[in-house]
Amino acid sequence: MFSLIVGLVVAVVLLVVNIVLLKISFVPKELRILTIISIMVGYVYWGFEPFAHHEMHPHVAEASYEFDGKGDIEALEAQAKEIEAKGGDRSALDTEIAQTKEFWSNVVAISELSGNVETGSELVVANCTACHSIESEGFPKLMEDTDAAAAYGVTPPDLSLAGRIYDKNYLAAFIINPVKAMHIEHKYPVTGSKVFPMPGSDWMSNQEIADMVAYLQEVASKVDAPTVADGASDFEIAKAKNKEVFEAACVRCHSMEYAGIDAKTSAEAMREYIGATPPDLSQHIRSRGADYLHNFINDPQRKLPGTGMPRVGLTLEAEKQVVDYMEQIGDSKKQEREALGPIVLIYLTILAVFALLWKKQIWKKLH
Amino acid sequence: MAEFEKANSIGEWFDQRLNTSGFWRVMMTEYWIPKNINFLWAMGALLAMLFTLLLVTGIFLLMYYKPDVNMAFDSVNYTIMQEVAYGWIFRNIHGVGASVVFLVIYIHMFTGIYYGSYKKGREMIWLSGMLLFVLFSAEGFSGYMLPWGQMSYWAAYVITEIFGGIPFIGDELVIWIRGNFYVADATLTRFFMLHVLLIPLAILGAIVFHFYTLRFPHVNNEEGEFFDYKEESEKYLAGNQKESKVIAFWPDFLSKDFMVISIFMIFFFYLVFYHNAFAMDPVNFDKADGLKTPAHIYPEWYFLWSYEVLRGFFFDIAGISGKSLGLIAFGFAQIIFVLLPWLDKSPMVKPANQRPVFKYWFWILMADLFVLTIFGKLPPTGINAWVGFYASISFIVLFLALPYLTKLEAKMVGGK
Repeated sequence: MFSLIVGLVVAVVLLVVNIVLLKISFVPKELRILTIISIMVGYVYWGFEPFAHHEMHPHVAEASYEFDGKGDIEALEAQAKEIEAKGGDRSALDTEIAQTKEFWSNVVAISELSGNVETGSELVVANCTACHSIESEGFPKLMEDTDAAAAYGVTPPDLSLAGRIYDKNYLAAFIINPVKAMHIEHKYPVTGSKVFPMPGSDWMSNQEIADMVAYLQEVASKVDAPTVADGASDFEIAKAKNKEVFEAACVRCHSMEYAGIDAKTSAEAMREYIGATPPDLSQHIRSRGADYLHNFINDPQRKLPGTGMPRVGLTLEAEKQVVDYMEQIGDSKKQEREALGPIVLIYLTILAVFALLWKKQIWKKLH
Repeated sequence: MAEFEKANSIGEWFDQRLNTSGFWRVMMTEYWIPKNINFLWAMGALLAMLFTLLLVTGIFLLMYYKPDVNMAFDSVNYTIMQEVAYGWIFRNIHGVGASVVFLVIYIHMFTGIYYGSYKKGREMIWLSGMLLFVLFSAEGFSGYMLPWGQMSYWAAYVITEIFGGIPFIGDELVIWIRGNFYVADATLTRFFMLHVLLIPLAILGAIVFHFYTLRFPHVNNEEGEFFDYKEESEKYLAGNQKESKVIAFWPDFLSKDFMVISIFMIFFFYLVFYHNAFAMDPVNFDKADGLKTPAHIYPEWYFLWSYEVLRGFFFDIAGISGKSLGLIAFGFAQIIFVLLPWLDKSPMVKPANQRPVFKYWFWILMADLFVLTIFGKLPPTGINAWVGFYASISFIVLFLALPYLTKLEAKMVGGK
């Protein structure tokens, strides 16, 4: 509403400026006309692009990579206040707020412990490798992807890179309560009949969870950089690294047709699992843009409340790699475009100078 | 037939057979344009340039584009944008060109309105120009469907749906236009035909006709002055070019056009390389999906004003449904500019700022069109719907009032 009034006031001011401009005679006339037209075109552009986007896509909270639960608690408190303002009962939410606070303070406490890799290794082998592979450590997949999807509802991820691409706090939170960490309580309500395939490990001690996280970090630090052809350019090397992260983080559910990547879980299984088919990501860099993608991946519920996509808990660095990869596939000619642009513009500027000189020469005899 | 002398040069050989020197003289060096003009008079040549760019890039795109609902999206976004060498630049020029051509059409059109270049013998220039506007609109709309993204699909759905509001034949008409009960492969292939063959042919013909209409009434000038072209051109030919009120089409007029085009191309290619999202909507990079309606459906910016008139009437008035009223208002908006020469009853051919009544009408119309354009994109809820309603009403009232206002002006200026 406020921006609307500002916009209309600006329109009136611009029209007055235009009319005044028509009358100022010490500025060359053609320049005045150009100014008037530029003002009008600029105003319309502002209206149908930045202003319209601002109105259609309301601002949401900034992405946060702390994973300390602050955002969750703030969101719940805002919700409670809203209910209170409407005269509703906030007691149910207050219980949830208290639980959430306790949950995350526990996670923060775990992050301050120092984990023991040896114990962590034993715990992971005992508790995780029945379903998860860790191929870099020689724990293979026990089933084909399609069979695994049929058995669990979704293909379980390989854990080789988990300790690098997922935030440390997030991993701890995830092991304790995956549904809460992923923000998909609406898909798997505590009282519902649908149960998330991975059980939470809230029966473990804080130290044990810290040990498992430490082990996963240790495993990830030993994974070799992806192999590239000899003499590959820096761009190609970066692309291969980005692809590795993208495959670990996204490809269980999403395809990337333009990179020849198929989702590991079939579309039918995904519909069973989250009630929707995850989109192919080939053109998401164009249809959503990097800014949107960053905010969305960080916590999908912010931009798209109710979506089945979980918060995956990527670190800022891993998330950048994912978005970069989407750009390298979806806008693969960006480098070429940016290299050619200045050359064309310089050429046209030179042409314009000559065109101006030629016109002046021709018109000398006319005035 | 008289005996031909042996030609001494290739030029002479053609001259003997085609009278090329006579043709050049009539079309170029002795085709007279008023001297008292500004850069707005170069918009015609600029449009010819942009149309050429669209035509040439379109021909190249046609070599790889596949008009099939299963292949169209990937043929554009993968084959052309990523596989074909420099395919992306052809697509960017074509996409940005389609948007910018409308910007220049609007500048050209409102220059004509501002300087009164549609009356007193110039009616055919105006009519042929409006015909071109209609053809370009059809070309823009049909082309927008081809990449088969979400916005392609849903814009096609909404716009073809409009015809359903026509009494008696509406429902059948929609099916006839779509070639199916819903927007489908048949719709895509027929709009493809329209976009690459029928409409471009019509545009080429209309451009030639538009040029021809300028021939006898001559181009207007900055002060709307009527003068004797024969007398002035004789001065020019006698070497008295400084005093003559006319200039030759070539090289005088075209040298200025070329300058304006060159400068404009810097801006244009800046958009092509660095700022093209305004012309290629992000939503359209999602593949068409008839089961998933986008959160906001809106046309390209150049159709927003008339789209807003269409949806401005969102409630029933006097027992007539809002939808029908919107459709009537939309029909009114589509044809009313065509009738401008007969709605303007004032004899003045002057720039708007020298006309005592018309100047207010012109700037209010501009403001109203800005409001319609900006609100045409916003979701039509709450206050937005009411702003749209009053702006649509204002648009109609402005045109209904124009004959009376200009009659008043005619009285004020005493028939001059």
